[in-house]
Amino acid sequence: MKGSGKRVALLIPAYNEEARIASVIQGVKEKYPLLEIVVIDDGSQDGTRRRAMEAGARVISHPYNLGYGVALQTGYKYALGQGCEALVQMDGDGQHDPAYVRILLDAIEKGTADLAIGSRFLDSGGLEPGRLPYRASLMRRCGMALFGTIASLLIKQRVTDPTSGYQAMNRRVLEWVSSDRFPWDYPDADVIIMLHRAGFRIQEVPVQMYENADKKSMHSGWKPLYYVFKMFLSIFVTLMRK
Amino acid sequence: MPGFMPIRNKIVALAISVGLLLLIIELVRRRKLREEYSWLWLLTASTIIVLSVWFDLLRWITSLVGAMVPASTIFMLAFLFLIFISLHFSVVISKLTNHHIELAQRYALLELELNELKKQLPLCQKENDKKE
Repeated sequence: MKGSGKRVALLIPAYNEEARIASVIQGVKEKYPLLEIVVIDDGSQDGTRRRAMEAGARVISHPYNLGYGVALQTGYKYALGQGCEALVQMDGDGQHDPAYVRILLDAIEKGTADLAIGSRFLDSGGLEPGRLPYRASLMRRCGMALFGTIASLLIKQRVTDPTSGYQAMNRRVLEWVSSDRFPWDYPDADVIIMLHRAGFRIQEVPVQMYENADKKSMHSGWKPLYYVFKMFLSIFVTLMRK
Repeated sequence: MPGFMPIRNKIVALAISVGLLLLIIELVRRRKLREEYSWLWLLTASTIIVLSVWFDLLRWITSLVGAMVPASTIFMLAFLFLIFISLHFSVVISKLTNHHIELAQRYALLELELNELKKQLPLCQKENDKKE
């Protein structure tokens, strides 16, 4: 990353994002030309891999679809192996505004936090003209409020956006999330609680997120029910662990 | 509760349990069932043999669990076995899932490394040719 002197990578997990991955990469490259962009293609059946490579990203491809959490961890392992001192992760569907990469990294580089979480619910004030801000469904809002409240109570710090995939972390957190303690299945509020219990400092940073053009979500069908069950179980067993 | 097991019941139970035991041993011998996954099956077959031969033990377990007839005890034990074997398989599947995910991750990272080495290879060869 320019100016910082440290090796920093930007991870973009992507599954069937052929339509948007190139513009997401271009958006990052325009603002941060020296940042290493790593796309983790999670076994896409479309041209995600090709488009990402053409756009100038380094692409790691899973042989088959393994899920969002596994894709993230593959990227963490790569960054750790490459000696990265910090890492930013963002989604490949264009919801995350790359302008906030610098702000997330600043929180890490200043040393005020080990994990910086981009929150769409803190006022960022930087809406791009012509784009709709992020609007979650009622059910999703309820889920986020519920797990945000649980996480806030457990870590004794306000958590407004426990499901945000727009994050930055330092190498110590990178080492932790690359281990087998990282939950592959919907890593959200439970990871925040686990990291807090492991002694890491967490900070929320206001970011701008936009509406997904396809309204495609990994929380569709019966998945929200499983998500709620998994999150409760994961938080419960986390509290039981030393 | 009858004080003895009818001889025909005893023969059928013994034949089934000995048959099951032999089948498990044969599967292990042919390497179609790994030793580590055979112990619960062997335990079940052995339990059926013991209960077939030692009817008093079955009667004692029946009175211990408060069942009316030994047949209920056998059904309960069979049900318990099915629960344990399902749980055992869930543990095994979880372990295998972890292994296959780690393998897939390692494969993906190695593939990237290999592709990058392949890209460098023609350049290295050209540089070597120039030196020569």
